[in-house]
Amino acid sequence: MTANKMNMREKYQRMTRDLAWKPTYQKEDDVYPQAKYEGIIIHDWDKWEDPFRLTVDAYWKYQAEKERKLYAIIEAFAQNNAQLNVTDARYINALKLFLTGVTPLEYAAHRGFAMAGRNFPGAGAQVSSQFQSIDELRHAQTQIHTISHYNKYFNGFHDFNHMHQRVWYLSVPKSFFEDAMSAGPFEFVTAVSFSFEYVLTNLLFMPFMSGAAFNDDMATVTFGFSAQSDESRHMTLGLEIIKFMLEQDERNVPIVQKWIDKWFWRGYRLLALVSMMMDYMLPKRVMSWQEAWEMYFEQNGGALFDDLARYGIRMPKYWEVSVKEKSRLSHEVWSIFYNYGHAAAIHTWLPKASEMDWLSEKYPETFDKYYRPRFDHWAEHKEKNGRWYNNTLPMLCQCCQIPMGFTEPDDPTTICYRESEYNGVKYHFCSDGCKDIFDDEPEKYVQAWLPVHQIYQGNCGGASVPEVLEWYHLKHGQDNLDYDDSQDKANWNKWKGLTEEAAQVMKKAANE
Amino acid sequence: MSIEIKTTSIEPLRHTFTNVAARLGKDKPASRYQEATFDLQPTVNFHYRPTWDKDHELYDQGRTAIKMEDWYSFRDPRQLYYGAWTMARAKQQEVAERNFAFVERRNLLDSAKPEGRQLVADVIVPLRHLEYAANLNNCYITGYGYGTAITQATSFNAIDRLGIAQYLTRLGLLLDGNSAEVLDAGKQAWLEADYLQPLRELTEQLLVTKDWFELYVAQNIVLDGLLYPLIYEKVDAALIPHAGSTFSMLMEFQNEWYGENVRWVDATLKTAAGESDENREQLAQWISDWTARCRTALIPLADKALGNGKGEAVIDELINDLQARLEKKAGLALAA
Repeated sequence: MTANKMNMREKYQRMTRDLAWKPTYQKEDDVYPQAKYEGIIIHDWDKWEDPFRLTVDAYWKYQAEKERKLYAIIEAFAQNNAQLNVTDARYINALKLFLTGVTPLEYAAHRGFAMAGRNFPGAGAQVSSQFQSIDELRHAQTQIHTISHYNKYFNGFHDFNHMHQRVWYLSVPKSFFEDAMSAGPFEFVTAVSFSFEYVLTNLLFMPFMSGAAFNDDMATVTFGFSAQSDESRHMTLGLEIIKFMLEQDERNVPIVQKWIDKWFWRGYRLLALVSMMMDYMLPKRVMSWQEAWEMYFEQNGGALFDDLARYGIRMPKYWEVSVKEKSRLSHEVWSIFYNYGHAAAIHTWLPKASEMDWLSEKYPETFDKYYRPRFDHWAEHKEKNGRWYNNTLPMLCQCCQIPMGFTEPDDPTTICYRESEYNGVKYHFCSDGCKDIFDDEPEKYVQAWLPVHQIYQGNCGGASVPEVLEWYHLKHGQDNLDYDDSQDKANWNKWKGLTEEAAQVMKKAANE
Repeated sequence: MSIEIKTTSIEPLRHTFTNVAARLGKDKPASRYQEATFDLQPTVNFHYRPTWDKDHELYDQGRTAIKMEDWYSFRDPRQLYYGAWTMARAKQQEVAERNFAFVERRNLLDSAKPEGRQLVADVIVPLRHLEYAANLNNCYITGYGYGTAITQATSFNAIDRLGIAQYLTRLGLLLDGNSAEVLDAGKQAWLEADYLQPLRELTEQLLVTKDWFELYVAQNIVLDGLLYPLIYEKVDAALIPHAGSTFSMLMEFQNEWYGENVRWVDATLKTAAGESDENREQLAQWISDWTARCRTALIPLADKALGNGKGEAVIDELINDLQARLEKKAGLALAA
């Protein structure tokens, strides 16, 4: 028999949605119990267009090729001790932030997309979600394997998942993702596929990977290249999902807009951690946070929202606040980490003179005026009295869970406080954005596991810093404190043959 | 005589992650499978109750009746993490690709007898819908199950099943030269033909089964444990007189896949049953319930495939085989 040519579109349709059928022995609502409760109305799942038409056999083939290359590089990297080639051991702290803060989110995305892949009633959406689910598992596992070698030579990585579930600043990413996963499937994909992957990924994933490239971390940048094609698939899916919901029924528009508002702000607050990484933690900087925000959000994001205007979607609420904050964000956050560097699994430090000059150049309006004097003051204090740490626990925002260190949108010298009352209890917020999210769903956000509250309630191993650090599995004198006093620095100097004072610093780090 | 390349040698501070070392009993180099698997799923300090299940945490041990002290006592004997899985499947798909190409190039299906082609169209091609349900079921377990040791393997299984549904779709398209008549007729049969309705009813029941471990037992142990030998051994053998090994070649992926998959499901069952008497009783109960349901669902299909009146004996033989396997491999004594 001679085979007829079948076009790609029809063939893919046969390989996916034609597999599904409308159940008759069970009610459709029982097979897909989460399909309707968020209020999103879908008339025709067949209108879902998968832009990739990826079949499973092709997926295996492409992915296996990427995996083979990646693992070959990882092995060569370890064999050659190529961790010694990075610009400076301070760089490793960006990787610590990544493994403790981002890798567990990849895992969460894996599980979340498995749920979405089961819960959407359309086979097209199921298959797209399922491929993303398995990709996210890939990212979690390849990140662990890539960074595993660093864990052997540097502190701060050694119990990343334990830390992710306990350490104060790691509740910021953890609560972000749990917020998305505890919502229904449509909000989850809006949060993760659209706001996170499509609008913000260039500001999360790419700064870390570009940071790796600029700082000669060949293992991590190889991972980045290897994941890049997955990420672009995920970004395209994000846009597809939004357009699908908006095209199906106009009653979906206000719901989607509300989610875009919420998840823009949630995502933006999460990126505050990335902003400090970009401006302070990379010995060789890629670009400033402000430049990145201008390029990836104001320009690219602006164009995206222009495009979505025809569906009745506008720019996310409070986007203009993010623009007002762009020259302050990273400095405020690094200052918070400098305050609490004794309770963090990364090292903190004061920028060197050349780095301060870079910051002045990149932030001409704000750095010399507001932040340089602060760093000068801390440097002077360190010189005279030793490194200062803040032993008073901070108040956290009930929504984003970052310590309340952000300033008023129009006044960089006044801390921004907002509050709401719910069932007779007061809740505190860092911004109008976070307060609005709470006010819309207070019954959800009152549940937040706030690290500082938990410490005060006695749920974190005890009331003193050493007890809490032990509960975090954070080794005092190794995982925390200033980079200048760290074992990482001492080892680095020793391995690189840099100084004779290495041994002295080593002793100090080991409390001898 | 040996030659040696001099490299920088520096002493590592540790050999693996703290949680992995704790599970290995000491700090020693760990495998990729171990580092990629142990304790990956969060277990504590959840922020918000799911809006879709207010009775449970996001990850909650209470979504199944099975109780485990440690959900990482489950081990995949295949040691599959993403990289190992996708590289293994890439090799298998290469073989499948060659087999499909070989059959096409030599026009081998043209020499298959019409009875054989009809048998495949009636009995095997409609199972693409069943595999799609198996995909959704393993996806459900991946979403709501507990512990990466199990849920990563079910996530691989879910994609595998979609892959199998797609191989069956290609088989259907190969039968009619891409006119898709075989697929349409197969779907019609899946929806309406008497010999497939009990199986579809069972499949839809699986899609509403809430206890994820029960679903694992029903789908991956009992239904697969009867259906795969029925189709890929019994029906495959029945096809040989009509088409030689042509169809075996086109279904080799499934055959090999099942042989590999069984090692993992047996190990999972053994670990769960070995944990406690309560687990053992619960598992035996589920196996017994779902065996009875699968028997009813599969006899009409076996009759259609192997000849009227022969189905019952074949299915009962396969049930015996399954029970013997589970007793031997998982230590579960099941009364026949």
